[in-house]
Amino acid sequence: MNPRAILFLLMLGLASLASLMLALHAGSIDISWHDILTSFHADQSSMKQQLVQDLRLPRALGAFITGGLLALAGALLQVLLRNPLADPYVLGVSGGAAVAALLAIMVGASALVISGSAFIGALCSMLLVFGIAHGQGSWTPTRLLLTGIVLASGWGAMISFILTISPDQSLRSMLFWMMGDLSFVQSTGMGFIVLILGLIISLPIARSLNILTQGELQAASLGIETHRLRILVYLLASMLTATAVTMAGSVGFVGLVVPHLIRMMGFSDNRILLPAATLFGGSLLILADTLARTIIAPQQLPVGVISAAIGVPLFLFLLYRGQVQRL
Amino acid sequence: MSMLLETRQLSVTIADKTICDGLDLQIETAQSWAILGMNGVGKTTLLHTLAGLRHPQAGTIELLGKDIGQLSKRHIAQTQGLLLQDYEDAFPGTVMQTVLTGRHPHMSNWQWESAGDIAIANEALAFVEMEGFAERSILTLSGGERRRVALASLLCQQPRLLLLDEPTNHLDLRYQHRLLDGLTTQLREQNKTAIMIMHDVNLAMRYCDRALLLFDDGTHKTGSCGEVINKENLSRLYDYPMRSLKENNTEIFIAG
Repeated sequence: MNPRAILFLLMLGLASLASLMLALHAGSIDISWHDILTSFHADQSSMKQQLVQDLRLPRALGAFITGGLLALAGALLQVLLRNPLADPYVLGVSGGAAVAALLAIMVGASALVISGSAFIGALCSMLLVFGIAHGQGSWTPTRLLLTGIVLASGWGAMISFILTISPDQSLRSMLFWMMGDLSFVQSTGMGFIVLILGLIISLPIARSLNILTQGELQAASLGIETHRLRILVYLLASMLTATAVTMAGSVGFVGLVVPHLIRMMGFSDNRILLPAATLFGGSLLILADTLARTIIAPQQLPVGVISAAIGVPLFLFLLYRGQVQRL
Repeated sequence: MSMLLETRQLSVTIADKTICDGLDLQIETAQSWAILGMNGVGKTTLLHTLAGLRHPQAGTIELLGKDIGQLSKRHIAQTQGLLLQDYEDAFPGTVMQTVLTGRHPHMSNWQWESAGDIAIANEALAFVEMEGFAERSILTLSGGERRRVALASLLCQQPRLLLLDEPTNHLDLRYQHRLLDGLTTQLREQNKTAIMIMHDVNLAMRYCDRALLLFDDGTHKTGSCGEVINKENLSRLYDYPMRSLKENNTEIFIAG
């Protein structure tokens, strides 16, 4: 591993910590840096410390984990489909989750049930795409992509149908769910475990993924069991996406753009790209969520709006600045 | 001479077309084979079958005495390597990264390329005369340059048996000769073997010692180049009249 890559990952790690601190500090009540640090080991629970421990910290961690999951899933799917336009939702996982979640919202279920149905919906969609695309044995990226896109548009139609027949009072929370909203975050433990597992599974296969981008035959001739590898990557990326969608609805943009941002900075080796995208996606979403809840406080914006507002100009700027030839 | 790759009664078909039937090949150390035939006769499919990427309809392929169907892909890749006809790069990467992928079958999962691996890659880049390109993005290369990077990647893999699908494709005349000359010399020195699909009969005559002719009707002929490459066989092979010219004991084949 070259020193430049180590430095880059180190800087991203620091940026993640810094954005986490900022998220704990900023809000309707300013909490001093000193209070933040003491709130972790103090026994007495002042109001400010409770605010940090019970509200801001879980939400910031939720944002980081969601961003990390999405960026990692996006990077994996771009390699699997050999398509730079792929994002975590391209194969319909979020559509299946949305249909199930909206149905739960419509019948007035609790937040926990909404999350649970979203996860089940995501899993159903994932198995459906896998079963259909894999049915005849041949499993080209194009076939997988087409199956996913067609199924996703089917989910889209069902979402429109549900929105049309839903009573007005549940429409707002439905829209927020679909735009991605971190105020739904229930617990971060599950997401954290999935994220860590995702990294542990994907890092040892990262070098094989580098070769997979050169085509399936090339990968097979270099000794990679491509069939097994692609099923593993598909299941892994789907689980990461399902977990992210369950935590925060469909937060757009992070999964598509963060891997490209890392590639534009010159790190296209998946062994660096995958952890870097995870850290970068996490920090980006923490910052976006912090802005989303402070920018026009007490009104809260959906985090997807802000992540796009930060990410789109950044991406276009890098593209324009002449890094195009790398892409 | 030891046996590297051996086929027994090999039969390969694709979409009801017979590419070969009852093919017995004995590929030995330090040989250089040419596969000749018309477009669409199945040269590439046969090469991929020999590489263990497809299952044959019947017959066996043995690599160093072991059935290739029983060997893991990784094990095969440590012994033989394949130069593909075309490359589809989906994402940016440097020339050095691409060449280093050749080391993959020799490395464990968590291992990073060592200084030794990088030295091998640099040597391979020097062989294809692309030393100055190490940090260039592969997406900016021309067809011929990309091809040479692919060859460097194959050399970096250090296989004992090289399967080359039209190695001179995309290359200019000067470089075709420099490449084949350098390659056959290196193979001879290192006791390695190559099987290459060729379109230019005269290049095959000059740089290969053995030939496999695949005819359109599913039959084949094997033997030394001198035995099987002649006017009659070539006219039948390409379904086009061929004649030969002789100059200083070198025979050259031309159409017409």
